[in-house]
Amino acid sequence: MSNRIDGMGRLLNRDTPVSFTFNGKTLSGYQGDTLASALLANDQMLMGRSFKYHRARGVVASGAEEPNALVNMGEGARFEPNQRVTTTELFDGLTAKSQNHWPNLNFDVGVINNYVSKFLPAGFYYKTFMFPRFAWKHVFEPIVRHSAGLGKPPTEADTDRYEHFYAFVDVLIVGGGIAGVQAALAAGQSGAKVLLVEQTAHWGGRAVVDGAIIDGKPAEEWLIETLQTLENMDNVTIRTRIMGAGVYDHGYALGYERITDHAPETNAPRHRLWRIRAKQIITATGAIERPLSFAGNDIPGVMLASAVRDYLVNWGIAVGQRTVVVTNNDDGYRTAIALKQAGLEVPAVIDVREQVQSNLAKQARALGIEIREGRAIASVKGGKRVTGVGVSIMQGTGGAQEEIKCDCVAMSGGWSPVVHLWSHCGGKLNWIEEHAHFAPDPKRPPLGDEGQGFVITAGIASGAMETGTVLQNADAAGKSAAKAAGFASKRTRVAKADDVATQVMLPAWILPTNALPELRAKMWLDFQNDVKVSDIQLAAREGYESVEHTKRYTTLGMATDQGKLSNINGLAVLSDALGQEIPQTGTTTFRPPYTPISMGAIAGEARGEIFQPLRQTPIHQWHVGHNAYMEPVGLWHRPYCYPRGEETHQEAVTREVNNTRQKLGLLDASTLGKLIVKGPDAGKFLDMLYTNMMSNLKPGRCRYGLMCSENGFLVDDGVVARIDEDTFLCHTTSGGAERIHGWMEEWLQTEWWDWQVYVANVTEQFAQVAVVGPNARKVLEKLGGMDVSKDALSFMGWADGILGGFDVRVYRISFSGELSYEIAVPASQGRAFWDALHAAGAEFGAMAYGTEALHIMRAEKGFIMIGDETDGTIIPQDLGLNWAISKKKDDFLGKRAQQRSHMASKDRWQLVGLETLDGSVLPDGAYALAEGENANGQRNTQGRVTSTYHSPTLFRGIAMGLVLHGPDRMGEVIEFGNIDGTTISAKIVDPVFYDKEGIKQNV
Amino acid sequence: MSNAVSALEGASYQGFAQVREMGLQGMITLRGDFDNAIFKKTLKLISGCNVPALRELNHSKSGTVVWMSPDELLVLCAYDKAQVVTEKAVKQFAKTHSMAVNVSDARAVFTITGNGAREVIAKLAPVDMAAFKKNEIRRTRLAQVPAAFWVSDDDQITIVVFRSVAQYVFDLLKTAAAKGGEVGFIY
Repeated sequence: MSNRIDGMGRLLNRDTPVSFTFNGKTLSGYQGDTLASALLANDQMLMGRSFKYHRARGVVASGAEEPNALVNMGEGARFEPNQRVTTTELFDGLTAKSQNHWPNLNFDVGVINNYVSKFLPAGFYYKTFMFPRFAWKHVFEPIVRHSAGLGKPPTEADTDRYEHFYAFVDVLIVGGGIAGVQAALAAGQSGAKVLLVEQTAHWGGRAVVDGAIIDGKPAEEWLIETLQTLENMDNVTIRTRIMGAGVYDHGYALGYERITDHAPETNAPRHRLWRIRAKQIITATGAIERPLSFAGNDIPGVMLASAVRDYLVNWGIAVGQRTVVVTNNDDGYRTAIALKQAGLEVPAVIDVREQVQSNLAKQARALGIEIREGRAIASVKGGKRVTGVGVSIMQGTGGAQEEIKCDCVAMSGGWSPVVHLWSHCGGKLNWIEEHAHFAPDPKRPPLGDEGQGFVITAGIASGAMETGTVLQNADAAGKSAAKAAGFASKRTRVAKADDVATQVMLPAWILPTNALPELRAKMWLDFQNDVKVSDIQLAAREGYESVEHTKRYTTLGMATDQGKLSNINGLAVLSDALGQEIPQTGTTTFRPPYTPISMGAIAGEARGEIFQPLRQTPIHQWHVGHNAYMEPVGLWHRPYCYPRGEETHQEAVTREVNNTRQKLGLLDASTLGKLIVKGPDAGKFLDMLYTNMMSNLKPGRCRYGLMCSENGFLVDDGVVARIDEDTFLCHTTSGGAERIHGWMEEWLQTEWWDWQVYVANVTEQFAQVAVVGPNARKVLEKLGGMDVSKDALSFMGWADGILGGFDVRVYRISFSGELSYEIAVPASQGRAFWDALHAAGAEFGAMAYGTEALHIMRAEKGFIMIGDETDGTIIPQDLGLNWAISKKKDDFLGKRAQQRSHMASKDRWQLVGLETLDGSVLPDGAYALAEGENANGQRNTQGRVTSTYHSPTLFRGIAMGLVLHGPDRMGEVIEFGNIDGTTISAKIVDPVFYDKEGIKQNV
Repeated sequence: MSNAVSALEGASYQGFAQVREMGLQGMITLRGDFDNAIFKKTLKLISGCNVPALRELNHSKSGTVVWMSPDELLVLCAYDKAQVVTEKAVKQFAKTHSMAVNVSDARAVFTITGNGAREVIAKLAPVDMAAFKKNEIRRTRLAQVPAAFWVSDDDQITIVVFRSVAQYVFDLLKTAAAKGGEVGFIY
């Protein structure tokens, strides 16, 4: 059993007990506990189930590398799955539930997978694809779907807030162990701006746990003093609970700060994503202990030796009462010694090395610990908890075994530097034979914009294995980072520590060396994804050579822990199976983030009301106050219609159309893009941008124009008004203002840089109101102040003046076919002007109309709409707009493209009007059917619907569409397909359904 | 002009810093050749200022000029003077290739005031706010929209955004300035 030991636990605050629940059971721990240590204190070793076989899983590590102990954390709006208990700080009221089991943790039906494991070998997923199709769909997929996934998805919206933070520093140091702290001191003393971050809530890393002596005093004392020094330096910031999540090009790094995970009821944001620009980055990320591969190494109670030590020293936990240590290096002895000194039983240290004479081994012997040299664990006894181990000779098959009773196995397979952040941006690794690990090659760092290295490693992350060398290495890293960032390093003293003489480790990838197949099938490499030694060996036999392919085939290292424990062991087994050296096999790619970060942190503030900007016109509040149903147009929010009382949207739209056609409609057209183009070359410039001629437009007049991309496709349209000899005002579509502004600037800055033209986007300077309908002139005359008669202001003219006391610019343009004025006023007066129009227009039947009424009225008139009739593949010629394409101009953007054979083809679908024979409304986007089928067995088509509405004016469905040879087929009836397979008959007609002569708009 | 109202009509919020919409502000966009004598003379005439250096502001008793790009300046003046001043500039420029446009209504202006003002911005804009000096202007983004800002007083930052996104920016700033969100990185 595991329990708490009195008087131990350096991180615990025993004065503050904390209550929490696990699977509904109320348990207690102390402030300073992690969820892992608190569960262990309550003898809760079983914490979850593995992904594939649903095997019982206990905690195996004590930090970010933990693969097993993941839980569903929290409830309701604070529920989050797959949370590692080892990195979850305990707080009062924490609720956690184990995951991936049914019906409960102790009895899990899914464990049946365990017994059919021979049918679920490496590559199971791929192999099942090879069966007949029905087998995948009806047999395997349901099984896989049922068993897939670890935690549950949340069902409620996240209640917390998140944010980003941009920080700029000279030197970023990731990792708050003694290496990071020493590096920060060295870099800080040079005057560089330093940010030191540590992922846990505590400084010092392993050194303080292992009782290192620095400058003749305990590491903890040195740490407190040095941190105080750093705190006092203005140019140094030190922060806990920030994980260096990723390193990217040009010294960009992400830090993941968990602000309130341990204190959820505070008013701070939960997570903060630090977006850091650093001239130099030091990764002092430490090392991770490797597990050993022996049969049954996944049974709860088998743990990393360093984790057993962490739980003992940091949290006063005896993971077991009798712990067998199995090791291939000296570090495992530290655990044996620490346990023994704490009064716990250590029946044996199983050391795979033949003869062990190191200082640590001598210390262990002196404490009376038996060392079994040249031995291996051949099997682990127990199901949900270790009850003993079978020990055999290392150089054997695991046949003859001697059993030792124990309730904990502490394994140490040596240490691998955490090279993730070094590798994210291309830092290269060397294989270090002596320690059987990959370590960063300082000669091949990630490179910055000038080819300079911008990441330096410090401490054990560099491969420095002993305290003395760690400190020296970190000091050098700090100084060279500061120097590279442009600061002269000070000659300061490095803290000193004696290196402990150690005996060389023995790389041991399988215990025992010649283990029989049935043992290899129980040696776990990847605990979370259930990948075993036998799976890797099978993959190798099946021809997998690349480590990247083997990873995906076997799922080794693909779990949420990303193989922090399994990587090196897996590729060592693969190398062995392939009969090649480990460096030849290489590693898989390390990618950010280091451990999973929350979606909330990635989204930052962008959620709820501020998920996306919503652009509002000056008249927005009026719309909201009049029950407008809003629709997005680009980022604008525009009224679609204004339902009254019980009206449906369609009824409201019908009312708005009829009122506008019969009396007076008012439209908030403020979103229309307005670009001022000014300069001696403005006319020449617009002649290039528009397909038609703009340079001969007279001041005081307006002209409709089309803009194409250089590939000839129609991208925008609108009315251009000539203000004076040098100045034009170009209206764009509502969604197009910024895009067309950018388009104009691009041509002016890159191609026609010597043309004298300036552009300004004044879209938002003006509120614009369309005053539309037979009574339009009456309301303006009532407001008074300028002559808006047909003679003074004719169709397609504009004039500046005053209306009802407002400074206005009035355009006589019509997108509805009615008598229409579009009136621009300064935006700040837009609402007042709108109100004045309603007040004055009340007697003339003034009524606001929305975008749907606008669309219907323009469709009745056969006017095209960018985004409906165009989709990026349409040229003006397709839409019968040849009249707006100048034949006189030498050039315009799109001209040459439109002369290409496919663009000039007579077989391009052409715009026509469509009238259903039964008066119904054609479905939007419906295809016109043609005879026969294509090579894929799909029905041939000869056209499609681009706009379709019920016309309140004509009392029937009207549509526009593109049809093969359409204009030549007037009167012909063609069939359009419905989704349900039925068809609708429609007659090809002229696209102008209403007032083709244009009499109404020209009164 | 009594009808004129700013986008949020002076809305404010008190978090660990104060956010305020500042009402109407006269703004004129000038474009032209900064080395041209007539351009410089016109600028002096309407603002009392010389052309500011790269990404900086110049002030005088009669106005402020903000550097916007190598050929664009923003002149700040009283809202009700903006149209007259614009017309004056156009007249002064005469035939010189240039542009003067009144953009007062196209914008919304906010200030953030308090010790944490820089940190509020640093949550939303990719700018080194610790190194950001008085009289320096930055055109960048606040979260998802374009913005320009400068340090207008020791503990105050002035922000200019497009009018249509005033509500979005106000909500952004409120979120970033909410109590409990102090970072403690920029002093």
